[in-house]
Amino acid sequence: MTGSPEEKGGAHREAPALLELDDVVMAFGGVVAMNQVNLTIREGEIFALIGPNGAGKTTAFNVVTGVYRPTSGQVRFAGQRIDGMKRYKVTKAGVARTFQNIRLFHNMSALENVMVGIDAHHRTGAIGAVLGMPWHYREQRHGRERGLELLEFVGISHRAHDTAKNLPYGDQRRLEIARALGTDPKLLLLDEPAAGMNPAEKQSLQELIRRIRDDGRTVLLIEHDMGLVMHISDRVAVLDFGQLLAMGTPSEVQKNPKVIEAYLGAEADAS
Amino acid sequence: MKGNDVTNNDNGTATGNGNGNGVKRSSNPLSGSMDRMRDWWAGAPQWQRWGVYVALIVGALILPAPWIGAFMSPDNDWTTVLFFPIGVYMLMAIGLNVVVGMAGLLDLGFVAFYAIGAYSLAYFGTEYGWNFWATLVIGVAITAVSGVILGAPTLRLRGDYLAIVTLGFGEIVRITANNTDEIGGARGITNVPHPPDMFGQKFLFDPAPYYYLMVATIVLAIIFSRRLEISRVGRSWAAIREDEDAAELMGVPTFKFKLLAFAVGAIIGGLAGTVWAGQANFVAPNSFPFILSATILVAVVLGGSGNLPGVMVGAFLIAWLPERFREVQDYRILFFGAVLVLLMALRPEGLLPSRRRRAELAEGTGGMGSMGAEVAGPTSDPDMEVSK
Repeated sequence: MTGSPEEKGGAHREAPALLELDDVVMAFGGVVAMNQVNLTIREGEIFALIGPNGAGKTTAFNVVTGVYRPTSGQVRFAGQRIDGMKRYKVTKAGVARTFQNIRLFHNMSALENVMVGIDAHHRTGAIGAVLGMPWHYREQRHGRERGLELLEFVGISHRAHDTAKNLPYGDQRRLEIARALGTDPKLLLLDEPAAGMNPAEKQSLQELIRRIRDDGRTVLLIEHDMGLVMHISDRVAVLDFGQLLAMGTPSEVQKNPKVIEAYLGAEADAS
Repeated sequence: MKGNDVTNNDNGTATGNGNGNGVKRSSNPLSGSMDRMRDWWAGAPQWQRWGVYVALIVGALILPAPWIGAFMSPDNDWTTVLFFPIGVYMLMAIGLNVVVGMAGLLDLGFVAFYAIGAYSLAYFGTEYGWNFWATLVIGVAITAVSGVILGAPTLRLRGDYLAIVTLGFGEIVRITANNTDEIGGARGITNVPHPPDMFGQKFLFDPAPYYYLMVATIVLAIIFSRRLEISRVGRSWAAIREDEDAAELMGVPTFKFKLLAFAVGAIIGGLAGTVWAGQANFVAPNSFPFILSATILVAVVLGGSGNLPGVMVGAFLIAWLPERFREVQDYRILFFGAVLVLLMALRPEGLLPSRRRRAELAEGTGGMGSMGAEVAGPTSDPDMEVSK
């Protein structure tokens, strides 16, 4: 379990930084959800963000994807500041995400869901569509083909024309990933992708995440399933009460006494 | 630690409980045959579809025939009724459907755009003597801009708040017209130019040419909105309607597309106003009451918000029923209201709903939700932390 991730971690340690959080503080009134968090995610790694409930993990996702503007500090993506940027521009810049609670477009087909993601880089506007300009047809075709490809990639191409909400739970999670991949992200944020999955589904999810990385994307995930986290992550960061508690390879983090304490504490609050 | 992820899902839709209620109501005979027709349509080859289009247009062209009129409108000239209210309502409903049905934005002041279209023709036609077609183009531009002017400050609002502001906009336009002497004040503008002759048809007092002009405009509006619907634009609107926050995070510039929906709706509504004013010859503020906005909204909802044929059938019925049952003069609004209440009780999704909208209604968040308290589910979900 410890062997291979460490090798990979070593291989990627020299890779350039893709996402940098610099002293990020996110306060909601008196509640400080993130307190001077510094994180660097390097290109091509699978990076896991763990921590007890309420530690600020989803807040971190929301800060990175532009849902929140940080109270102070900077977020840089590929060297460019993205804090305070419009959400759809962050997506266009190459950051895509899934949601902790599935938020598909429930009454659209699976394929249409993915096509919305793919549309992020399309440019057809009202005039092009109404006049039936060549680029409109080109983009429609591209959307459909790429959409089917991505559904195939996540393993649900047989459900392409089913309404999203009629898919089984695990497939909905996969569809969310496909939709996010549609935006062609350099960095993919997965918010508890394994939640509610059975062991077999988790296993294939793990493979999917690896394949996404092998496609040249960087993956940042929030996950509570320690087995999964320890197995696929190159590096792990632990958040607790908005503070960065520890960071390192899975085995380093596992041995860290502060982390053990936080998790024993987590056991006591039994959430 | 993990339990609340699944249970907090008060969307109620994500985890299997939405199972297949998309097409559940097919026990209802009307939906059943509709579904069969839709399946046939989905599988029909191109030439059959064109056959249907041609048949519909031919049908529209022979509709003014006296033998049809004898039944449809025994009291009034049938062709006139076909032009107004039927044609005008249909065109407006197609426009409002873009805003309400496709983008899911509740607009209670749609009559404003109709008024602006009508006044554009009246003002430029009488003051500057511009020809109908020139003012039509100007009118379209003005209504599009007015759609953007209404949208820019208000589209940051959602649901009920947006509805109230648009309602205000409708009133502002009417009251402004009432108090601006430049455009005739309460007296309005008379001698609005008719369209110039076309194809040997004189646009004077015979309603037939106006009716054909209306048919052409409606066909154009249908092509226009249908093409948008199946494009990236329509997909973005549907995504916004379903979950605005998720849409934006998937790269949809939501504000821009909502503005676009307003502008497109405004253009179609404005067209209706211009064409109508070309026939009516006279525009005045009291032709544009709030009740007209409400009536068109009723047509859209009654017919099946989001589905073009449904919306047009809805508009037809709303326009035609009160005309047909003039003999019961004093009671017809009462009957009309009763029919509406009944229909909404028995078929809340409208007469010919789009499948998607039917599903949204069945699950209880989308339907009236995307009409009114738009996207109630996600934004009220505390766990999402996405709403600002």
